[in-house]
Amino acid sequence: MVQVNLNKPQLKETTDSNQNVNMNNIVYDTKQLNLWYGNHHALKNIDLAIKENEVTAIIGPSGCGKSTYIKTLNRMVELVPSVKTSGQIIYRDRNIFDSDYNVEELRTRVGMVFQKPNPFPKSIFDNIAYGPRIHGIKNKKTLDEIVEKSLRGAAIWDEVKDRLHENAYGLSGGQQQRICIARALAIEPDVILMDEPTSALDPISTLKVEELVQELKENYSIIIVTHNMQQAARISDKTAFFLNGEVIEFDQTDTIFSTPSDKRTEDYISGRFG
Amino acid sequence: MRHIDHKNVVKRMGSRMILNKTFKAIFFMATLFALLSLAILFYRIVSQGIGFISIDFFTNFGSRIPENAGIVAALVGSLWMMAVIAPVSLILGVGSAIYLEEYAKKNKLNDFIRMNIANLAGVPSVVFGLLGLTIFVRALALGNSILAAGFTMSLLILPVIIVASQEAIRAVPKELREASYGMGATKWQTISKVVLPSAIPGILTGGILALSRAIGETAPLVVIGIPVIIQFLPDNLLSQFTALPMQIFDWAKRPQEAFQSVAAAGIIVLMMFLLIMNSIAVVIRNKFQKRY
Repeated sequence: MVQVNLNKPQLKETTDSNQNVNMNNIVYDTKQLNLWYGNHHALKNIDLAIKENEVTAIIGPSGCGKSTYIKTLNRMVELVPSVKTSGQIIYRDRNIFDSDYNVEELRTRVGMVFQKPNPFPKSIFDNIAYGPRIHGIKNKKTLDEIVEKSLRGAAIWDEVKDRLHENAYGLSGGQQQRICIARALAIEPDVILMDEPTSALDPISTLKVEELVQELKENYSIIIVTHNMQQAARISDKTAFFLNGEVIEFDQTDTIFSTPSDKRTEDYISGRFG
Repeated sequence: MRHIDHKNVVKRMGSRMILNKTFKAIFFMATLFALLSLAILFYRIVSQGIGFISIDFFTNFGSRIPENAGIVAALVGSLWMMAVIAPVSLILGVGSAIYLEEYAKKNKLNDFIRMNIANLAGVPSVVFGLLGLTIFVRALALGNSILAAGFTMSLLILPVIIVASQEAIRAVPKELREASYGMGATKWQTISKVVLPSAIPGILTGGILALSRAIGETAPLVVIGIPVIIQFLPDNLLSQFTALPMQIFDWAKRPQEAFQSVAAAGIIVLMMFLLIMNSIAVVIRNKFQKRY
């Protein structure tokens, strides 16, 4: 049983109306997505329309497919050898599963922040400059600008500006995670996917990342998977509740947490399982 | 009901402690035994051979008179052979390891190949000598040249390098690969900028240890017919040459007593050679690790 409450189309006029005419600032439109790991049917008939410049939270119990879904959005899930998919994910008017769609191109538009902070064993500067460099930027001045802009964007510039050439491993876990966010910003993405970005962090670092997410949504569309329902309630505009590979409910976060329309959502929100 | 009887625990504590200490002693003795044998070996070789180590020993060719015998042909020959083995075995070995770990699909055939490469590391060196004799010396008509010996030795250590490199590559956390792919890096960019820099200390350690083995191996050289009495230095890759272990082997089997000491001097040179190589490995490894 899939119940998806698509929000009403907003009336805000987009200036570039020749583009995205039919989809009213929808950044990711998932249509009838199914995914299997070998014989395990991990995602079942997912339909989700994610809007730009919003924070969309994905919640659900362990093993419900929420991480799988977010990894499908930039096709990282294909690193698992036995994955099969069907259906469509339309990202900015193109189906990301099209055979002529380069994953590298997709992942340059869609940045990702992972569960465990995973900086490279390189200097802070080289971590941030990694993305721009692989996309061909060699000019030192340009790289300097990108690094500063990204670190400022991730609210960590003041903490690390004097130690840019020190190893990123010397930072605390919370700082490392913000370095990873800065690294994702450095490729100037359109969307940022976050897969439980605070699950390995202490409460203060978690708070900093949450504040950062609020700032980032001005310029980016953010999709965040979280185990923490309070976090979803605090930071997201919309929330999707996943259970056993299905989307049970997708609505404004306020609605989900106050008057969910599905019994299972209510049970999960109120802590009866999960 | 309680399952742990604390009185009993106290009663058995004494014997547990004795067992604990006994095993510590056994392991310590094992280590001591290895170190002691090494020290005795070292002492015997050095005390016997040091008298023959001189400038002349490094500049003279082989001779029937022990006092005039020198190691220059073997030393230079071994260096030439190294110059073939190092690039050939490292390029092939690391290349295969990258293919097997990063590109090859996980299926039965590839598992079979992986397993057999590991098994190949256990094949006796004399068998590789026969392989080299058949392919390089005869079929490719390279004769008993530096190139033929170098290729044979490369084949011999290739499995060791592949296995060591595979392990080093596998030890690179998958989170780092994900981070790279997640920013739109291609597979090759990920391998060259993330996987290899992290794996290189492990690859170099395995590689240089394998090279040391190639320098010390004698059997394949005997089989492919490397001569011992060479009165000239090689000038190209197709030259005839001799190598350190061949020279030592030849001296050691001569009847005159004095040649035993010459052999010991040769062993000192070989050991210094290996020691220097291993030190280089350590230095390179530390240098690479510092960059992170």
